[in-house]
Amino acid sequence: MVSVIEVEGVSKQFKIHHERHQSLKERVLHPRSGSTEVFHALRDINFKVADGETVGILGHNGSGKSTLLKTICGVLQPTSGEIRLRGSLAALLELGAGFQHELSGRDNVYLYGAMLGFSRKMVDAIFDDVVAFSELEQFIDTQVKFYSSGMYVRLAFAVAVNVNPDILVVDEVLAVGDERFQAKCIDRIRHFQREGRSILFVTHQADQVRAICDRAIVLNAGHLIADGPVQDSLRIFREHLLGDAAVLDTSGTHADVAIDAVTTPTGSFQVRHGAAMHFDVDVSTRRAISGNFVMEVFTRGGLLVSRSDPQGSPVNLRPGANRIGVDLARLPLLDGVYDVNVGLVDPAGSNVIAWREQAATMQVIYEGREGGIIELSPTVRQ
Amino acid sequence: MSDATTAGVGRRALEEAPVRVVSARDSLPTRLRNLASRRELLTSLIFSDIRIKYKGSALGLFWSMLSPALTLAIYYMVFSIFLKNGIPNFAVYLFSGLVVWNMFQNSVNSATGVIVDRAGLVKKVSFPREILALSNVGAAVIYFFVQLTVLALFLAAIGHQPAWGFLWILPFSFAALYLFTAALSIVMSAITVYLRDMRHLIEVVLQLWFWVSPVVYSYENSIAATLHSHGLASIYFLNPITLIILTFQRIFYVSTVVHSTTTGLPLNILPTWPMSTYFYLNLGLLVIMAGLFLVAITVFGRLEGNFESEL
Repeated sequence: MVSVIEVEGVSKQFKIHHERHQSLKERVLHPRSGSTEVFHALRDINFKVADGETVGILGHNGSGKSTLLKTICGVLQPTSGEIRLRGSLAALLELGAGFQHELSGRDNVYLYGAMLGFSRKMVDAIFDDVVAFSELEQFIDTQVKFYSSGMYVRLAFAVAVNVNPDILVVDEVLAVGDERFQAKCIDRIRHFQREGRSILFVTHQADQVRAICDRAIVLNAGHLIADGPVQDSLRIFREHLLGDAAVLDTSGTHADVAIDAVTTPTGSFQVRHGAAMHFDVDVSTRRAISGNFVMEVFTRGGLLVSRSDPQGSPVNLRPGANRIGVDLARLPLLDGVYDVNVGLVDPAGSNVIAWREQAATMQVIYEGREGGIIELSPTVRQ
Repeated sequence: MSDATTAGVGRRALEEAPVRVVSARDSLPTRLRNLASRRELLTSLIFSDIRIKYKGSALGLFWSMLSPALTLAIYYMVFSIFLKNGIPNFAVYLFSGLVVWNMFQNSVNSATGVIVDRAGLVKKVSFPREILALSNVGAAVIYFFVQLTVLALFLAAIGHQPAWGFLWILPFSFAALYLFTAALSIVMSAITVYLRDMRHLIEVVLQLWFWVSPVVYSYENSIAATLHSHGLASIYFLNPITLIILTFQRIFYVSTVVHSTTTGLPLNILPTWPMSTYFYLNLGLLVIMAGLFLVAITVFGRLEGNFESEL
């Protein structure tokens, strides 16, 4: 298998000027003053992306994921190390960054295409597809300064995906646009995958990684801390997220909470469809804490089946060992294997206190003929 | 359907596809290759700049012809009626130098701030950044040819024959002008990222530069004797623009010695070098300017690394 991206020993340092002297007078007056600090955005990153692979890059703000992406796209030069790219690359670092406000949508499609490195002839060939995808037929000859932000993004995304690059680099751009357009973008990305193109996908939305990627890389403070199957990387990502939350929290409460085990009374996670289910979550904590219990169920394919209401199940934990019992009255899932994640969030439902990724793997047995993941049992009358 | 075909082609070609390397510092040949491979982007940027400039104006690019034509007409009026300096057809002399100077000045002036002005693009889209400066030079080249057309039409209108025999030297001279302008524009655009004053400084420097170039005065007639007596003539010619302007004047104004329209005395206007001297001087200049262009690309490459943290 040919690798389309090879990142070898890449480091990037930024000089941070504490006092910037950008005028000539200041430079002359303070030739060497103004302290500079070296910030290591990336430290010795190594990984490869094989042809046809979709790789997710996870990391929270400031972890270096955008810097990594920019170096791969050639916007930034690494301080040391090398990146080798094979095939054409289209990057969606910021949609519409190359747009000229004074020009029409049509002119911008050509200009943006040229910026992505595609010839006028190639853009001619895909122009109608671009317009159709962006759904801007009526506005294509309008200056883009009159576009809404949604229209702007749609046009840029349409260009980037329709030039059919060998490698598509996507940086959190799917967060914009309305839900229908987002679905369309995901759909296009899947189409890309089927064609065997490679995708590098940056996000901090774990759901999207699970849904799209074959593999995930986790960055933390410029270090590559995980590179492997999505489930494993996601676990490491969430654990680090919690580790950092503990650093931020001065009381240190969160570090004291741990989900030790998820068990069933029978010891088996084999459940019959439609049956009641009970499992216990063992949590140990060093101090009393109140929060909400949250559970997520995923298919093996990474599709989120359900996430419980993060404010719906309050629990109060005493110092020491606690057991939380969870009952599901009637399991509506169909035949298959499902991953269960469990966690505790704060009473507002916004911050994670403790989390356990893939805490249990549940096997559902279903003998009926309905297909899919969930039972609907429609009643049909004539 | 078409997707599937292109995909198939893409898949097969991928094994042999050239490997692009992003590293700390690209070598000069790599930089030049990258530049050459993005010619389409350069033309796109040039034409979008021009389109933006004339957006919404009814006459569009026609303005770029009208304005030099008007300038020429005014010079013609002023120098043949009010400010008689004795040089016949002074408007032709002046305009042939001005064509060169305008190209140089417009490029350097607009390219100096271009990277700072388009920081959003520089920080988000990957392409050889020199192209931004080169697109300003490119736009100036287009106006240069528009002005040259105006000059040609004017010459035809007043029945003034250019030095046809010298015309073949023009491409060499123009190539030297292009390379020098491009080199300076590229370097200035990068320096301005670190020293924002450059934008203002360059305006002042260009004003001074204009007056040390023989555009509105005749080198032979006004200062050659003084410079020679002080042994400064060679320093005057260190300004690459001087030789280019003299060549353009030799080609379009033609006469090296004229009779003053006021006193009737002979005036030395241009150097009386033979054609071969004009050619070899221009050829030599072209070689030096090509070297300077390579130096500019190298310097730009050095400065480019820290754009991100300075913009």
